[in-house]
Formats: sequence, C-alpha cells, structure tokens
Amino acid sequence: MKNDRRARIREESDRLSDAFVAAGALPVETDSLLPADVLLDLYGEDIRARAFVTHDSGMGEQVLRPDFTVPIVQRHMAEGAEPARYTYNGPVWRKGARASAGGSEYIQVGYELFDRENPGEADAEVFALFADTLKDHDLRVATGDIGILLAAISALNTTDRRKAALRRHVWRPGRFIRLLERFGGLSEPLEHRADLMVQIAVKGVEVVLEEAGPVQGLRSEAEILDRIKVLQEDAKAPPITGEEVEMLETVLDLKGTGGEVLKRLRELAEVFPALGESVSRMETRNAALGAKGVDAAALPFEVNFGRTTLEYYDGFVFGFFAENRPDLPVVASGGRYDALTRVLGHGRSIAAVGGVIRPEALLSVAGVV
Amino acid sequence: MSMLKLGIPSKGRLQEQTVDWFGERKIAVQRTGSDRQYSGKVIGVEGIELVLLSAGEIPKELAAGRIHLGVTGTDLVQEKIAGWQNVVLEVEPLGFGHANLIVAVPAGWVDVVTIDDLDAVAAQFRSEHGFRLRIATKYHGLVRRFLSDQGVADYQLVDSQGATEGVVKNLTAEAIADITSSGATLQANGLRILADGLVLRSQATVFASRVAEWDTGALAGLASLSQKTGWDIDGALR
Repeated sequence: MKNDRRARIREESDRLSDAFVAAGALPVETDSLLPADVLLDLYGEDIRARAFVTHDSGMGEQVLRPDFTVPIVQRHMAEGAEPARYTYNGPVWRKGARASAGGSEYIQVGYELFDRENPGEADAEVFALFADTLKDHDLRVATGDIGILLAAISALNTTDRRKAALRRHVWRPGRFIRLLERFGGLSEPLEHRADLMVQIAVKGVEVVLEEAGPVQGLRSEAEILDRIKVLQEDAKAPPITGEEVEMLETVLDLKGTGGEVLKRLRELAEVFPALGESVSRMETRNAALGAKGVDAAALPFEVNFGRTTLEYYDGFVFGFFAENRPDLPVVASGGRYDALTRVLGHGRSIAAVGGVIRPEALLSVAGVV
Repeated sequence: MSMLKLGIPSKGRLQEQTVDWFGERKIAVQRTGSDRQYSGKVIGVEGIELVLLSAGEIPKELAAGRIHLGVTGTDLVQEKIAGWQNVVLEVEPLGFGHANLIVAVPAGWVDVVTIDDLDAVAAQFRSEHGFRLRIATKYHGLVRRFLSDQGVADYQLVDSQGATEGVVKNLTAEAIADITSSGATLQANGLRILADGLVLRSQATVFASRVAEWDTGALAGLASLSQKTGWDIDGALR
C-alpha cells in the first residue's frame, strides 16, 4: 500500500514538473548531500535545527539537502546565462517535521527564474504559473512583499548604521521591534551603556580597557575601539521620531487585499516619498499580473507575510494553503530572494524568484493520499 | 514480578548527594560488591531495582524507557532529549548539583555587556573577519534555542567537550556557553558572564520516564517509594 502512495506522489510530481518544463524551464538535478560550510554560512545555526547534518571523515560535514536553492543558485552562477528558468523534482529532508505533515522526507517540485531586467514581470510570471498549475484545487492564497518593509526602513530619517541594524533583523521580528523601540527612544535607556560612556569620559578609553582585563581571542582591541566609537556616535544621534516609528509600524501592519494595501501605501508615500519606489514596484507587478489574467487587486496581501521562513525572502512572497486543513503543511510557497543570492555570490548579485510545490500535500487536499 | 528501575549517578559528588537525599527519606541506597562495580540495591523499599549510570547516560535511558526514574541534571535532560516535556516528567528538584549554563565573553570586551551587544558584535565580527562569530559549547541544542529566541544572528556554534574556558585564548572561538557553578574558573580565564546571558538554571532532579512501561510491578514500586518521598505522580504517568 505504501508503494501505491509513493507511486501516486511520483506521478503527481512528474505532472507538475512537466507543467514547469512546458513553461520553459530547464530540468536540473542536484546532489542530495551538500557541503555544510556553504549552508551554515548562508543560514547560520538555524540550519542545524532544521536540516540533517552528517559527517564524513574525508569530506567533513555534509547536509542532507533541505531545499534546492543553494545548488540551483550555485549552478546558475557557474554556467547560467540570463534570463534562465530551472525546474527540479526530488526529495528534501527537514528535521522536526510532524509525521502528519508528511514526515522529514518529502518531494519538492520547484521553478526558479533568474532575470535581472524585469523583476515585476518575473514575480508575475512565477506567481501566475503557480496559480495556474494549482487552479483545480481549493487553496487559500497569501501574498506579501518584504521589499515594502525594507523601503520603509530606508525612508527613516536616521543613521545608516541604525537602518542597517534594522535591515539585518527583518527576518527576526522580535529583535526587530526591540531595536525599533530603542532607536525610537521608546524603551528604557541602557544603563550599562550609559555607565560605560561616563567611565570613558572620566578615565579615558585606554584606562577603561586596561581595568577590564585582557583582550583575548581574535577580536582585537582595535575592533573594540571601533565599536565604542560607533556607540558614542549612536548616543549622539537623535531618536527616530514618533511619526516615523508609527509609519514603520503602520507598514508592518498593512494587510488586506492587494488593492487596499496599495491605496494605503500610496497615501503613506505622499508623506514619506522614499516609499514611492515600493509603490511603483507593486504597480508594475500588479500590471504584469493583470496581463497574465491574475487580478492582483483582489489577492490577499500582507506586508508581514513570509518574514520568518528559512528562505530569507526580501521581495514579493506567496503561499498556497489548504483551507480547513491545519494539519497539512503549506502546499506551495515562493518568493524573491535577491539578498540570499548576494551572499552566495559573495557580493555579486543575481536577481532570483522562485517557488516550490509539495505534491503529497496537494494530493492530500484532493483526498487522493 | 517486574520492578521499578531507578537510575542514579554511578560516581562522584552527585552520587553521594543522591544517596544522602534518599537516606534522609529512609531509603537506603547501597552499592553491592566492590566499590568499582556499577551495581547496587535499595533497602527499605520493596520492588525497586537500582541502576547505576553515568549522569550523562541517564537522560538517554529515560528517553528509551529502559529506566522508570532517574536522577540527573536539568541541563542534560533538556539538551539530550528532543521534546523533553513529552518524554519525561520532572518529579522533584533535589536542591543540589546547582549549575548555570551561561554565555561568557572575554573580560576585555568592555563594549559587550548583554546578548544584544553580542548580536551587534557578531555582525561587526563577521564583516571584519569574513566568518561568523564562534561560540564554543557542548550544549548545542540549549544554546541554539536560547540565541534563536533572542534573535541573535551571525554566530556559529563550535563544539567543545571539555576545557571550554580555554578556547578563546587558543583562538578557536570568540565566546563560550558553558556550565558554571561559581564563575571563578571563568574569571581566572579572563572571561565574563553576560548580564542577561543565563541560558538555564540547572540542578539535580528526579525525572520519570513517560515512555517506560508502567506495569503493575513498576507502579507498585513507585507507590512504596512515594510513601516515603511524598510524590504524587501516579496519575500523570498512567
């Protein structure tokens, strides 16, 4: 019986894969064991909690492929000309998955598009393809755009360092809010920080360092002095105004149909012109979606959507969920991940948008398996 | 008839204190055979089989259901058993074997007092050195969860199974997360605990396995133990 289930899933994944090939994608295969250092550098310790890390005395640490992003992007960087479309169809392994959600091994069928010329068109192409491929199923759609939040950070009238700190924690909402409150002067001032500043002012930084004890390890005294300078500058910088903190919180809470959110965003952009670019990006994308028969104004849209996934999306994001089936994992999801490719490309940027479908979840929705 | 299997630490101060704790409750735990043999018995209570194990093994045995009760540190249980709340039941903290799992940095880092500072310095370190700031520990699960809850980025854990205080000096890590009871060793090694760097407060604790087979014999053993200890966990285990 078990083999019947596998055969059905294989059949479904091949069908999905054919649809992606028909859309112009090149089918690619990748290794199942990936070098751990690249993934650790990219995702950090989270990867150890979410992926199976294994060890070989010759090859060192290896990771059982938790998704296809890294091998596909690497392959593209090595040999791809743009625009390029790839599709893949194979198992991934994730730790801690509930058995009811398909367990720790499951198939992903994906479509990735690398095209730096027309990001709005590219976003629309991927979403429209997924919407069309999944059209026979009763699924709830969610969309969002983390680029709006990034634009709102850029719109703040504060130091570049604070903006960089906020941008760095876009994917960690708890710390993001704590930072925002601190920069906005809304949380208690840090006593230990104030103490340090007073001590440095009174005794001089050399004495403070000497009294504290030895500086050991790779982080040098010069690095400590650099950060103290940063802290001193930050102490002088005025807090982010209440109006701007409120703007950022409003942006974070934006939720509704694509049409409603766009309208609210236009209003905000009149006060904060730096948001204008994200408005025009959304308009371009919506027009491109419209040309492909998707009514973007009617799609559910939420700025906060997709902030806590492993993928570190930084632009348009989408998900397809099984309504009334909280036991099932997300059936399909995807988005733009330019920031991730920038890390993989060591600064070389590659515009990338893509998504995956879990065929077994799709079959469960249809009641087949 | 089957017995209740009780696992206690096989050596050291932790064993002595465990034996004393039971002794105070009129439960005499005795080693049998020579001092080097890892076997023993319980006198004064019927239906208990004593199993002497290293404290580090006890979580695994509880999780496998091979012992019903076990005495070990909270740190070891939480580190070694995935989803520990579903696997074991905390019966009673014993008031000894206190140790804190903490995060510490070089004392000379005057700009780093809190986890928040550590996060900021991790970003600085990564851009300066081209790799993530390294924190040496043997408690990977606990430390990763703690730092992830705190929203710390740009760090990596490196494994250190012993003499963790020395790794910063040896340039194999920039910070550590380790067990300490007084902090004296850390201080002697030029390290300082972060003000909010307490990951876990641990002590020796009696745990019950939720996955062991609690048959009539084991439950009878538990009942006679409970008479002396005042435990009331029968319902939670059935």
